[in-house]
Amino acid sequence: MSRKTTDALAEKQLVGIARFWYDQMRGGDLPSISMPTRTKQNIAYDDESGVWKYGERESTRSAGSAKSALHILKMAYVIGFLKQQLRENRSSTLRELYYISEGWKKAKFAAQDESNLLIEDMEILTELSREAFHLRPEEDGASVYGPLKLREQTRRGEREIHCQEDVGEAGYPIPNNVENVEFLEHDAKFVIAIETGGMYARLMENGFDEEYGAILVHLKGQPARSTRRALKKMNEDLGLPLAVFTDGDPWSYRIFGSIAYGSIKAAHMSELLATPGAQFVGVQPSDISDYNLPSDALTEGDIAALKAELTDPRFDTDYWKKQITLQLQMKLKSEQQAFASRGLDFVTKEYLPTRLSEMGIL
Amino acid sequence: MLAEDLAKQQRSISVAEFFEKNKHLLGFDSPTRGIITTIKEAVDNSLDACEEAQVLPDIFVAVTRLDKDVFRIVVEDNGPGIVPENVPFVFGKLLYGSRFHQIRQSRGQQGIGISAAVLYAQLTTGVPTKVISRTSARKPAHYFELMITTETNDPDIRAHREIEWDRMHGTRVEIEFKATLAAKKRLLDYLRYTAVVNPHARIRGEIDGEPCTFERVSDEVPPCPKAIAPHPHGIEFGLLKRMAEASDAKLGEFLIEGFSRVGAKSAEEILHVAGLKGTKKASSLSSQELKSLLDAMQAVQVPPPPASQCLSPIGEELIVQGIEKEYPVDFIKAKTRKSSVYSGHPFIVEAALAYGGKLPAEGQAQMLRFANRVPLLYQQGACAITNAVSGVNWKAYNLSQQGLPAGPVMVLVHVASTNVPFTSESKDAVAAIPEIEKEVTLALQELGRELKTYLNRRDRSRQQEDRARAICAIIPDIAAKVCEIVEQPVVDTAPLEGRIMRRLVAKKRTLDGQVEISVHNYTAKPVSLSLSLLSPDAAQDAIPKPDFVDRVGDDYTKVWKCALEPETSWTARYAGNGGGTLDVRGVDDRVKVVVDLDV
Repeated sequence: MSRKTTDALAEKQLVGIARFWYDQMRGGDLPSISMPTRTKQNIAYDDESGVWKYGERESTRSAGSAKSALHILKMAYVIGFLKQQLRENRSSTLRELYYISEGWKKAKFAAQDESNLLIEDMEILTELSREAFHLRPEEDGASVYGPLKLREQTRRGEREIHCQEDVGEAGYPIPNNVENVEFLEHDAKFVIAIETGGMYARLMENGFDEEYGAILVHLKGQPARSTRRALKKMNEDLGLPLAVFTDGDPWSYRIFGSIAYGSIKAAHMSELLATPGAQFVGVQPSDISDYNLPSDALTEGDIAALKAELTDPRFDTDYWKKQITLQLQMKLKSEQQAFASRGLDFVTKEYLPTRLSEMGIL
Repeated sequence: MLAEDLAKQQRSISVAEFFEKNKHLLGFDSPTRGIITTIKEAVDNSLDACEEAQVLPDIFVAVTRLDKDVFRIVVEDNGPGIVPENVPFVFGKLLYGSRFHQIRQSRGQQGIGISAAVLYAQLTTGVPTKVISRTSARKPAHYFELMITTETNDPDIRAHREIEWDRMHGTRVEIEFKATLAAKKRLLDYLRYTAVVNPHARIRGEIDGEPCTFERVSDEVPPCPKAIAPHPHGIEFGLLKRMAEASDAKLGEFLIEGFSRVGAKSAEEILHVAGLKGTKKASSLSSQELKSLLDAMQAVQVPPPPASQCLSPIGEELIVQGIEKEYPVDFIKAKTRKSSVYSGHPFIVEAALAYGGKLPAEGQAQMLRFANRVPLLYQQGACAITNAVSGVNWKAYNLSQQGLPAGPVMVLVHVASTNVPFTSESKDAVAAIPEIEKEVTLALQELGRELKTYLNRRDRSRQQEDRARAICAIIPDIAAKVCEIVEQPVVDTAPLEGRIMRRLVAKKRTLDGQVEISVHNYTAKPVSLSLSLLSPDAAQDAIPKPDFVDRVGDDYTKVWKCALEPETSWTARYAGNGGGTLDVRGVDDRVKVVVDLDV
């Protein structure tokens, strides 16, 4: 789709919400909005797309109380602002939106969390992503390094980039709007997403990308939407399997969960962002004992997070139940860089080749 | 030889000596407590005496700093006074009292109280206690300076003379001892709490130069509780033995005359169970026989003791008055339970629950505990009353709870009994007696239900207001913005107001120096009403003109009268700055909504 048509669609969807309220008020009804409830209890597996999306549960807010009326008023102001932004072909960040609301009197946001949540609500109502409204997030996308050539439409024209030959050691940074990137050609067998910068650099230094035909993606912790979108695009457009390599603790499993199944906060975007075929490499709780890795004791927070994952529908598989239960028994966690205890080459020469072939990727 | 050596050191200990070494038993364990304990004992005595004489109490309390850590405490009352022969004993002998042997509700019981303060004064400053007492206008007042001879627990009269005194009758005691006023707030609390449960008393204080007055709100002296005979379920071996020895009646008669609620039938049953003959002389019983008699007395069913004579609850109405005069609150309800019994001792539980007003909105509820109309100030955590309050599920009554209920709440509990079971001699906390805890719980649950009804009603009207605000103040803005987005003329949201509200809606709005007051009648009936607006604007250019304008200080009250058919509206405008309060009269609260859009 061209930029023009996507902008027209975004405006149509936004104005559609206002039109709905207009009709309600003309008919003598209070304006209202209906939305799926955004909780862990209300996400369900969608067979068709293979991702986790919001379920059937809906809640309706009508302007019958001051709080809800104010919410709708704020949404109306945001719609008015975005409509104008689309018409003028401008863009703004989430933080700028928050500051712009300063001039909206009653409709002013109390905190940025409030405006961020409201934008997520609008994504759900319009079935579009915030990038379609020309809203940019603050955070950086992750880095890519590997045998991949792509073309990016920038504000200053098109750029063709090879992610090994045309970039420095920091790799190619993924832009906020991944829809502006087109993959041209590649010489890769799989994509491996890595949680920490240390491990990303280790794989690069050891030439893992060249030896095994891997595209390395540094997640930088909990991956930004653009990173997840890029992973999904590589998996879908290029048909490359995706492996996720993180630390061995509950928070890292959630990183995997958000890549493979979608996050609870953005379950409305799961189809765009989640890669259902993604596979978890490790560190698995069983690796800690199998390789005798240096480890730390689980904190109370870790234990609570693991227990929460046992009731999370996204982790309701035999594999995860076994691994999480095992970890709760061992009461230990390890970082991915703990493999260094067996030498700097161990992870690229032994662990990853063995584990990836076990998973059927190599 | 050793036994003989020891024998030389063995001797009896006088109570005065004993208490000299065990001050904590009397509430004199710390210098901060000394002042409160002394005032408490003296005020208790004054209130008891006034009640016995059926006089409206007028009590004066003064605490004056004489030196860095020396204070003079004065308590003066208009009670019946003490006959001069008895004054030295009341103030100069420990464990001397008139109420100890009687079975009825009274504030002071042991009779250690005030003489303990005299002892404490002589231990810390060596200054004798000064007492003035006068029993009637026809008799002179007597002045005493007293100390206690600790070795023998006898009064030591340092001075005694007749003097002129302006009171017709009453007692004044002046004590000097070492103390601190660190607990001044608690002392004021004590006086305030005392005023709450004694609404018939007027208490004036002058605490370290700061005057305070707690006025009386009731002119009725509560009836003085009458003493009753002991109840067979509440008697112990020692007392039974003494009563039997002192009696010259036959056993049957002894039981009927000596105990409350024992008739011929119960007496017969007791004697049957004990295996004793009713014709036997009570004084001739052996210890073994007394023992079986006691067991039988406790085993046989006897009606509960006559609580109405010996107990004097404050009453629901007076508790409410007492709290309202000291604390401005939004909700207050009191409950006096029926009398009940534990171990043969009759008791009555009273409770009150207050909410809102000036009570602090955050933190735990304020607790007011009373036993026989005496405030309990210390050891709140160890008290059965506190346990019972914490044991109630306050969340069921829409209050938050962290042990005690939390929020702008005050809980008052009064336990009245012929024998309040305290945890220790300092009488700070009620012991955990299941019967008492149960009564407290039941009283509070009943009050909790009433509070819930009140809170629900209040929340409903708040919800109404919130709804009105949303519909009248925010929806027009939504309409304006939405119409701008869809590029259509602004929709009129007035029908929306009407449909949702179905009420009479009065609005005030100030825009660009114009004040607009509008009234819409969305009800199905015609209404006639008067609108009154109190604000700084004179509104001389108002259209229509107010029917009535009155200047109140810097403000003007403007009154318009209007009659509205259903589905019609009325508007008045004038130049001004707005503000003030709009009031609608002549319309039932349930069908009217007043919205101030300037707020």
